[in-house]
Amino acid sequence: MSGASQRVPLDLHVNGEAHTFQVRMHDSLLDVLRREGYTGAKRVCETADCGACSVLVDGRLIDACSTLALQVHASRVETIEGLAGAMLHPLQETFLRHAAAQCGYCTPGMILSMKALLERKPDASEAEIREVMTLCRCTGYVKPVAATLEYRDARGQKRPERERRE
Amino acid sequence: MTTSRNSGTRSRSVGRSILKLDGESLVRGEPVYTDDLHPDGLAIGRILRSPHAHARIRSIDATEALALPGVLAVLTHADVPRVPHTTAGQSHPEPSPYDAYLLDHKVRHVGDRVALVAAESDDVAAQALQRIRVEYEILPPVFDAREALEPGAPRIHDELESRGIRDASRNLVAVMDFAVGDVETSLAQADVVHESDYEVPAVQHVSLEPHVAISWLDEAERLVVRTSTQVPFHVRRTLARVLALPVTRIRVIKPRIGGGFGGKQEMTIEDACAALTLATRRPVRLEYTREEEFQMSRTRHAMRLHVKLGARHDGHLTAIDMRVVSDTGAYGTHGLTVTGSSGYKTLPLYNADSLRYHCDVAYTNHAVAGACRGYGAPQGFYALESAIDELAYQLQLDPLELRRRNVIGAGDLDRVSVALERQGKGHARSIHSYGLAECMQRGARAIDWERRDAVPRDGELRRGVGLALAMQSSGIAGIDWGAAALELKQDGSWMLRTGATDLGTGADTVLAQIASEILGAPPDRVQVHAADTDAVPYDVGAYASSVTYVSGNAVRRAAEDARMQVLALASDLLATDRTSLECVDEGVRSSTGAWVSLAEVAAHALKLHGRALEGHAAFCIPDSPPPFAAQFAEVEVDTETGKVRVLRFVSAVDCGTALHPLQVEGQIEGAVAMGIGYALTEEMLYDDAGRLRNANLVDYKVVHADDMPSMTTIMVESFEPTGPFGAKSVAEVPTNGPAPAIANAIRHAVGVRLTRLPMTPDRVLRALGRI
Repeated sequence: MSGASQRVPLDLHVNGEAHTFQVRMHDSLLDVLRREGYTGAKRVCETADCGACSVLVDGRLIDACSTLALQVHASRVETIEGLAGAMLHPLQETFLRHAAAQCGYCTPGMILSMKALLERKPDASEAEIREVMTLCRCTGYVKPVAATLEYRDARGQKRPERERRE
Repeated sequence: MTTSRNSGTRSRSVGRSILKLDGESLVRGEPVYTDDLHPDGLAIGRILRSPHAHARIRSIDATEALALPGVLAVLTHADVPRVPHTTAGQSHPEPSPYDAYLLDHKVRHVGDRVALVAAESDDVAAQALQRIRVEYEILPPVFDAREALEPGAPRIHDELESRGIRDASRNLVAVMDFAVGDVETSLAQADVVHESDYEVPAVQHVSLEPHVAISWLDEAERLVVRTSTQVPFHVRRTLARVLALPVTRIRVIKPRIGGGFGGKQEMTIEDACAALTLATRRPVRLEYTREEEFQMSRTRHAMRLHVKLGARHDGHLTAIDMRVVSDTGAYGTHGLTVTGSSGYKTLPLYNADSLRYHCDVAYTNHAVAGACRGYGAPQGFYALESAIDELAYQLQLDPLELRRRNVIGAGDLDRVSVALERQGKGHARSIHSYGLAECMQRGARAIDWERRDAVPRDGELRRGVGLALAMQSSGIAGIDWGAAALELKQDGSWMLRTGATDLGTGADTVLAQIASEILGAPPDRVQVHAADTDAVPYDVGAYASSVTYVSGNAVRRAAEDARMQVLALASDLLATDRTSLECVDEGVRSSTGAWVSLAEVAAHALKLHGRALEGHAAFCIPDSPPPFAAQFAEVEVDTETGKVRVLRFVSAVDCGTALHPLQVEGQIEGAVAMGIGYALTEEMLYDDAGRLRNANLVDYKVVHADDMPSMTTIMVESFEPTGPFGAKSVAEVPTNGPAPAIANAIRHAVGVRLTRLPMTPDRVLRALGRI
């Protein structure tokens, strides 16, 4: 085990900033992100079933709990911390207005998964939204779905917004 | 950004769905939870779990573990004081037995604590657990509550120090019974008697954030525990007892918490975490894994319920008789009160001539049961509302009409509460605010009840519509109290200090609304400082649907006190009679238009009284008004596969005034989701040795977004005269209806009665005689 505890360097671009983190071979991406202060991603199920640890790696949504950190060496990672500047991202704003966050533990993963879905499929149906929505124990999903639909519809009426970080 | 949903009232804050105070930090994913911020030098705590359901520890040898570099401490029962206590977060003196120990020489369920480890890293802690040598004397286990109560069953609590156990030699934790009238006579007077048995499993809260605590010693050598809890003050008191520290040397802080649902109304891990800090003098984090969460936190009580109903041909209920055997698992925490609640929270719903309830609460070698949203009422209502439905079929009456003829009404005395008061176990109450009749009427209209027989009920896919009624309470009368303080800051803003414990429901926001309404200040001028035992006045915490009603009443009174002081000072400053003054926004205005700012009032308070202006109140609730619900389900049953889909779900809920309508809806919708899981998918499954077979979120199926039906939520607003601005509780009552409403809809669809939860496809097929 002492070998496993040895640290090796991992290059990651997190929210546009280049970092080199010292990581253990068996560290998950979630371990590394949380240790380095990106705590918006949450540890909930540990089995890639709930989505609370969702982050974007090179634009793709992944479960950070079940991804080895070293697997994503030299990747671009986007976490909830990178979504808003001084102003909230419009999806964060609809979540806030709809009271879609109760305890809020699933909220970062939910917002990132909804954003990823609607970027891939701007006209995603409610059924498709529900299919990829992360697990939530508080809301019964009514308000998160309503918030996402409002964002989808508002987005559909405008030209797609430019990515904030690019 | 304020959404007004209650136009036409003069209210400026209450009744409006203002933005949740912590909402922005939550959607930004800011580090607001226990494990998001780590003190320097943090050590990692872990618990060695028992692999056996029932065993005595003959010896523990930690030598090898301690020899491992990076291991800071290993604690066993030999290293810690043996202090009997209850982990239940209840007001002192707790009604639960003192049968738990920080560490013990006996283990009573798979996952029970054997030893505690603190290490420099999670890797080392995990290795250390494997190097602790334990020799067990394996004892015969018992997993069935009825068998546990039989003579000759293995005795789970044979220690002498425990107390408050009704009869440890029989594994009998507690008994509760009450009666109104004479049930035998009333049954004899009935034209029809219906009798049935129901069984409900243990289920898990599955708060997304697991139990987690971080403890350290501060510069004054005081123990600080930051923890995901619903009950900071109860945790502080119990920690003091278990660790033999004065209460004044302990500070408990609750940051934002990732869901509780009753599972955190308990001192589950704080004692273990703090013991490791005391042993190592280091900050220690202890967090359950998801598997540990299933094995070692708490569950909803599994129960067997027997219901006997008597009625006349016209539908008049003559008697309700309920007998319950409840499985509290290895420790008795909440056993008496949860199982009592299965009767005393449910039987008052109907004005039968006679009511009788009896429950036995048994120890078994299962994981520990405790408080869980609804607190016994979901079990009781599943049985009662299923039985009432069957009775309606027997009487050939519309199930809604049968209920209408018998439900408790406005102004009625809750006769169960009177019977309990006679036993010294409760406070008699009458029904003041009452929206149940309207809930039934509006809910029935929304589900199209009158046309329910028009849904397709032949072929492979059959539809049915069912309903269930429910009530709950609002805190525990005569026991629960909260206190609040409102300080006027020098800039004219307000600081609300309260022990109330927002577990994600938005309680802090509602309390700020209440203060804002009375003080005339915009809600964003009220800062809330809550749930830090060093900084805020006492409050019982968040359980028993109490925060809006208990803490809200305290905040209302503290705000009124503060307002009177403001007006007195402003009257002095403006040289105007007090009665002509009004608090408006950030100042005080007179009827003649004179104005003084709250900042000036704050300065005047310092000058005149030598202290800041502060309003105070403590409030113990004398009453516990019930919220009511009528819930309706439309289901589709696949008679080939046994699969049940809920297509539509309607909840009509009377919670008094909805102080924050969006949050009220959110409570109802979340409760329904939890109730649907209870009805159809959730069950803790054990093997023959008492090991959980589904201690993960793949095999234990909670409801996902695509499992949800089309939802209709109707807020039926009544006005509760004893509540803040007419409010009573909401968070628990809608958890009660889904299971019986769905069972009743299945009965309507396919003509069979499912008497066991969850109503899985195999159980449906068996009931249909297909397998």
